[in-house]
This record gives sequence, structure tokens and C-alpha cells, in this order.
Amino acid sequence: MEFLEVQGIYKSFGNVSVLRGIDFTLSKGEVLSIIGSSGSGKTTLLRCINLLEKADNGTISVNGEVIIDAKEEDSYTDKQIRNKRLRMGLVFQQFNLFPQYNVIDNLTLAPKLRIKENKSLTKEARLEAVNAINKEAEELLASVGLSDKAKSYPCEISGGQQQRVAIARALMLKPDILCFDEPTSALDPELTGEVLRVIKELKSGDRTMIIVTHEMEFARNVSDKVIFMADGVIEEMGTPEEVFDNPKSEKLKAFLQKSDEKF
Amino acid sequence: MFWQVTLKFLEGFGATCSVFAFTLIFALPLGLIISFGTMSGFKPLKAVMKTIVWIVRGVPLMLQLFIVYYGPSLLFKIPIGDKFVATIIAFSINYACYFSEIFRAGIEAIPRGQIEAGQVLGMTRFQIFTRVTLMQVVKRIVPPMGNEIITLVKDTALANTIVVAEIIYHAKTISNTIAEIWPLFYTAVFYLIFVGVLTLLFGWLEKKLSYYKV
Ligand SMILES: Nc1ncnc2c1ncn2[C@@H]1O[C@H](COP(=O)(O)OP(=O)(O)OP(=O)(O)O)[C@@H](O)[C@H]1O
Ligand SMILES: [Mg+2]
Repeated sequence: MEFLEVQGIYKSFGNVSVLRGIDFTLSKGEVLSIIGSSGSGKTTLLRCINLLEKADNGTISVNGEVIIDAKEEDSYTDKQIRNKRLRMGLVFQQFNLFPQYNVIDNLTLAPKLRIKENKSLTKEARLEAVNAINKEAEELLASVGLSDKAKSYPCEISGGQQQRVAIARALMLKPDILCFDEPTSALDPELTGEVLRVIKELKSGDRTMIIVTHEMEFARNVSDKVIFMADGVIEEMGTPEEVFDNPKSEKLKAFLQKSDEKF
Repeated sequence: MFWQVTLKFLEGFGATCSVFAFTLIFALPLGLIISFGTMSGFKPLKAVMKTIVWIVRGVPLMLQLFIVYYGPSLLFKIPIGDKFVATIIAFSINYACYFSEIFRAGIEAIPRGQIEAGQVLGMTRFQIFTRVTLMQVVKRIVPPMGNEIITLVKDTALANTIVVAEIIYHAKTISNTIAEIWPLFYTAVFYLIFVGVLTLLFGWLEKKLSYYKV
């Protein structure tokens, strides 16, 4: 049994089938990169994993526990969906920080709301939990190198810094698996480095991660496993060496050649 | 003479202010509810709400005032009701419909990503609305709201058509009595001061909200 098991994920919008049977597994602490041309379904896959989109078919389990079973997804209560979502984290291409909160409040908003909701806590326990969250937020902010920006608002910091805040914010909920959807695509080239460095550090911290990216060098360096998607299926899957150095399918060869030409 | 007129106007200005204040108190929440209706995924509700907004925005406010004031007595042969209450009802419904469109535009302008960010962080729909979208909506709607609210100040003058003793009503009465027109023009000073204060207030609010960008 693997830590993450994704089985037979299908998804269509109307009569366009975007995902046509996605299967893969991932061990704890491993990093998976997903590459593929535009429209191949990478974002849709991440959205299904994070329950932002309902899969038509398939199951996703973490640590042997079924998190998503597409057949039952309609019967999940709001509360169940929220708890399932918390097993996964998602960092968006556009960061999506909350503009009206400063950096530290962006980190603590959701966890504090969870404490507030938990009616069984005594007043002291509640206070202690809030303190723990504040402390954790400070530590996470330090780990992405932004301690001095705690009181800044998102509009006052650079895109690279915003994305690092977004990563810290996702980590506050302690997801089992952290997903990234093209975390550097909205950034100026000179700002991608700082974000990729943070992600790399997370890897050494033993985080299980799925990263959709167009940064081939980065994917090669950081990944334990690489998936190449094309037209809603996994066209090729393997270690970075297998995928990048010995591509087998014609589609992958063509894709790699094209992305080489860009540089 | 001038001071007597001024005193009378201050009295009328009180009525103007209460029409203004009561309309805001009722129209703001009602407008929010109507905006939820016009954005509803439930098609029949959406259609009904959109029709109501179309009618209310399409018929002159003065006419609506008459309908609310005289309508019940004409239809059901009951005595004519209180004119102040009729004014507040007509104004509240009318302004709620205008406000609802401002709310709708403000809510629909919130990027989908903001809501999804809340969702992946495990927030409830209610939490996302109150903690994430609401403040962003507020910031977006302050300028158009300011506009609409300033229009309301001047629309209160319509209440004189059903003999609510607001400032224009007093001005007309005095003008008729002394056979001079200046009292009517003099009312402009009161409106200008009122609108001036509101303009400062909205400017301050915009500035207060300028620490973040949406
Ligand atoms: N909500 C939706 N409704 C209809 N079609 C959609 C929707 N979301 C995605 N699609 C379609 O699904 C296909 C896959 O989209 P997806 O965003 O998953 O691709 P992607 O691999 O992430 O591409 P990119 O590299 O450009 O981000 C596209 O053809 C897209 O038009
Ligand atoms: Mg995408």
C-alpha cells in the first residue's frame, strides 16, 4: 500500500473528456512532477484531488484511507468535504492571497476559524491553541524567509514573496499532500528562483508533494517521479532520468524538444 | 424673514434627514437580499427577482410613491395610510433595487480564486463570505454606493408630492405665502451642505480602505 493512491480518475466537462483514467501512486516524502502541454488536464487533475472539481469516476486514498470515491462524492456533506480538503493543500498559480489581510493574518485566518468552531474547547485550551497557531505562523514565515514582511499587505510585496506566503499559508493546515499548480508561471523570471528554492527546501523536510510545472530543469532536480500527461492520460511515467533522458513516446519526445527550444 | 424661513427649513430638513436615514436602514439589507435573489442558481427565483428589479427601476419613483400611498385605499377601500410610512416603503423598495445591482456587480467581480483559496483552506461557505469576500465587495462598492446615496439625498424632495413636510414642501408653502421665489432656491444650500458632508465621509472611507488592493 502506497501513501497516496490515485485510481482511475475520469472527468469530463459536458462532452469533452479532460481526464481519461489517471492512475498513479506516491510514497510518503516523495515529490511528483506533472508535465504536459497546455490543455492536457494537469490543472483539472489537481482540482479533482483537492475537491474543487468532482471527478466522474475513480478513487483517491491517502495512507490506506479512501478520501475521495467519485461514486459517493455527491453524498458527502459540506463538513466531510471540508475535512477531506484539509488532507490536501493547494498552491495556486495566481497565489490568491486574501488582499485585505496582512501576511501573518493570511496564514492564521483559516486555522483560527477552526479553533473558533470547535465548541468543545475550554477557554484556556482555546487560548493555548491560538498561541500555538501564532507561533507556528511565525516559524513558517521564517522558513520561507519572510519574517520581516509579517505585517505587510499582499499588495505591498512582490509576486515571488506572495507565492512564498501562499506556500506557508497552505502548510499551516498541515496537509498530507501539498499540490502546486504552476507556482512560478505568473512570476517574472528573476523571481522564480526564490519560490523554487522554497519548494526544494520543503522536499528535504520530507513533504509529499505534487507539482505541476513548466520548469523542466526544476522538475528534473526536485522530483522522485515524473508524469507526462497528454490528452487526459498519463502518456509516460518514471524517474526524472527515464522521462527526461530516455523518453519513449513520440509525444514526450516532441514535447521535450519544444520546451528545449524555448531556451 | 430670512431667519424665520431658515428655522422652518431646519424643521423640514429634519424630515428630509429621517426619510434619508430610514430609507438607508431598510434598503441596504433588502438590497443585499435582492442581489442574492438575482444571482440565485434557482432559475424561477432569479427570473422573478430580475423582473422586480426591472419594474422598480423602470417606473418613476414619484409614480411608485403614489402607488404605495394611494394604491391600497383605491384597491381595498381602506382609509389612506400614513404618508411618512408610505414614503419610506416606496423609497426603500426603489433604492433596494438600485443597491442590489451594485451589490451584485461587486460580488460577481470577486475572483473565483479567492473563494477557492478559502475552500482549500477548509473554510465554510459562510466563513468565506464573511471573512474573505465581504470586505472586498465593500471596497469595490464604496464609490458607486456613494453616488447612489447622494442621489437619494435629492430624491427625498419627491416626498413633498404626497405632502410630507420636508424642506421643499416648506419652501413651496412659504414661497406661495410671500409670493417670492427665493426660499425655493435657498433650499439648495441645505442639500449642498448635506451632500458635502457625505462626500467627505465617502472620501474618508475610500481612504480608510486604501491599505489593500482588490
Ligand atoms: N470548468 C471547465 N469547463 C469546461 N472546460 C474546462 C473547464 N476546466 C478546464 N476545461 C478544459 O479542460 C481541458 C484541460 O484543462 P486544464 O486546465 O486541466 O489543462 P492544463 O493541463 O492545466 O493546461 P495549462 O498548461 O494551460 O494550465 C482544457 O481543454 C480546458 O478547456
Ligand atoms: Mg493548468
